[in-house]
Amino acid sequence: MRETEILVIGGGPAGIRAAITAAELGAEVLLCERDGWLGGQLIKQTGKFFGREYAGQRGFEICADLLAKLHNTAKIDIWLDCPVLGIYEDGVVSCQKKDRLEKIKPQRMIIATGAAENFLAFAGNDLPGVISAGAAETLMHMSGVVPAQRALMVGAGNIGLTVSYQMIQSGVEVAAVIEAAPQIGGYLVHASKLARTGVPIKTGYTIQEAYGEGKVEGARIMRLDETWRPIPGSEEDIACDAICLAVGLNPLAELCWQAGCQMELIRELSGHVPLTDENLQTTIEGIYVAGDICGPEEATTAMAEGKLAGANAAASLGYDTEQAQAARLAALAELGELRAGPMSARIKTGLDKLREKGAAKHA
Amino acid sequence: MLKQDGIPSKEELSRVLPSEQRLAQGPVVIAECFQRIPCDPCARRCPRGAFSIGEDINDLPRWDAELCDGCGDCIALCPGMAIFGVDMTYSKDQALVSLPFEFVPRPKPGQMALGLDRGGRELGWFEVADVKCGGEGNKTYVIALKAPRELAMELRQIKAGGYR
Repeated sequence: MRETEILVIGGGPAGIRAAITAAELGAEVLLCERDGWLGGQLIKQTGKFFGREYAGQRGFEICADLLAKLHNTAKIDIWLDCPVLGIYEDGVVSCQKKDRLEKIKPQRMIIATGAAENFLAFAGNDLPGVISAGAAETLMHMSGVVPAQRALMVGAGNIGLTVSYQMIQSGVEVAAVIEAAPQIGGYLVHASKLARTGVPIKTGYTIQEAYGEGKVEGARIMRLDETWRPIPGSEEDIACDAICLAVGLNPLAELCWQAGCQMELIRELSGHVPLTDENLQTTIEGIYVAGDICGPEEATTAMAEGKLAGANAAASLGYDTEQAQAARLAALAELGELRAGPMSARIKTGLDKLREKGAAKHA
Repeated sequence: MLKQDGIPSKEELSRVLPSEQRLAQGPVVIAECFQRIPCDPCARRCPRGAFSIGEDINDLPRWDAELCDGCGDCIALCPGMAIFGVDMTYSKDQALVSLPFEFVPRPKPGQMALGLDRGGRELGWFEVADVKCGGEGNKTYVIALKAPRELAMELRQIKAGGYR
């Protein structure tokens, strides 16, 4: 059985940041990543970032910087191709390493498993050519494959808008971006970038069906009224060979469930999330979380949460130095700043609800 | 409407467009930035301090018509690709419009490119005056186009490819 001071589960932006922060404070860290590479979704992001620390840098460049730092930090061991399978009552974690089942006994755990893309129910959604926006990104930026000739994007949040732009950059014609909500959900600068290339952004529209012989040949879309009901007679056909879905994310919190963390269903946080305190510790002592598992947000906030969880986990092990306190305060300040704008109103409402649940539990 | 289709309205634009008087004095940059998001490279990187963002990084940039000399350094730095350069004094009968560009192929100076407005509508063909890399490691390019003055506030994109 492998023993370690801190086990970080998930090698995306939150997990990497958590591992670096904890190891810099002196803790011994083991990082387990399901895939054969590190960086999570960050490695696929070709657009420039906002925020303060990383503003103007592209996602994959930030990823390269983080990885260089990760590999240069002593006391971090990395296991790739290593999905964590279970967390047991005695605090033993099992994972699959190559063709073996390995056991790990960590003193602290930081679960940073991210989130999964939502699917959408509509007729013909099983036709080849119906893919998630993340899959389109993977095809373009990791496999070097053009995902379609002409695509329809469903969802005008930041993922739908930015992946649409990346598809145009890859030579795909984006027929339209449709969004069921009456307003664009993502950053308006992303929407304007698309609009001026001639991509129509149609808010208040939904997809009714995908059609085609054996593959997607088109999509039928419909307008929605104020109560989100399709308006009869408003059908439009859009010829396309791919339908990309960017309709939200769902926290990947199975390990928290299994570990017995108290879970709360918070709509604004996109599903069931673990109840946490201000240190990002769950209701199980020694188990921390960071990133999209706490409610899908931006990579910038995921990295700040990773820093916070990493600093707190290390501090709880006795690496409670001035440096740990400084990292903790810096992460909190960063989160406060990133979430101060109107675009974070929903996540803030969700976090407030979560804290209220926590307060009720203690009362 | 910006929030419905990504295209800013005249009213929204009127909040960020410089005065006629300032435009007549020489080149400017225009940040078509309408939404509070956490972002500040324009303020941090302007060599003349022409953009400022308050205490809150989410605040909209404030542009100082006196401090800005239209150098255009910010065009390729804005992560939102929302800053454009306009020089109404470029020549006797033409303006120069500079826009950020992240597509391939890029045009070459002297070629003609199909110009588009904020909604992607075709405005006609414009001569490319300059194509400039946004700086080392920055793959955003700045394309400068000669345009009739009456189209300088409409032209915001070129169609990638098909240059002549």
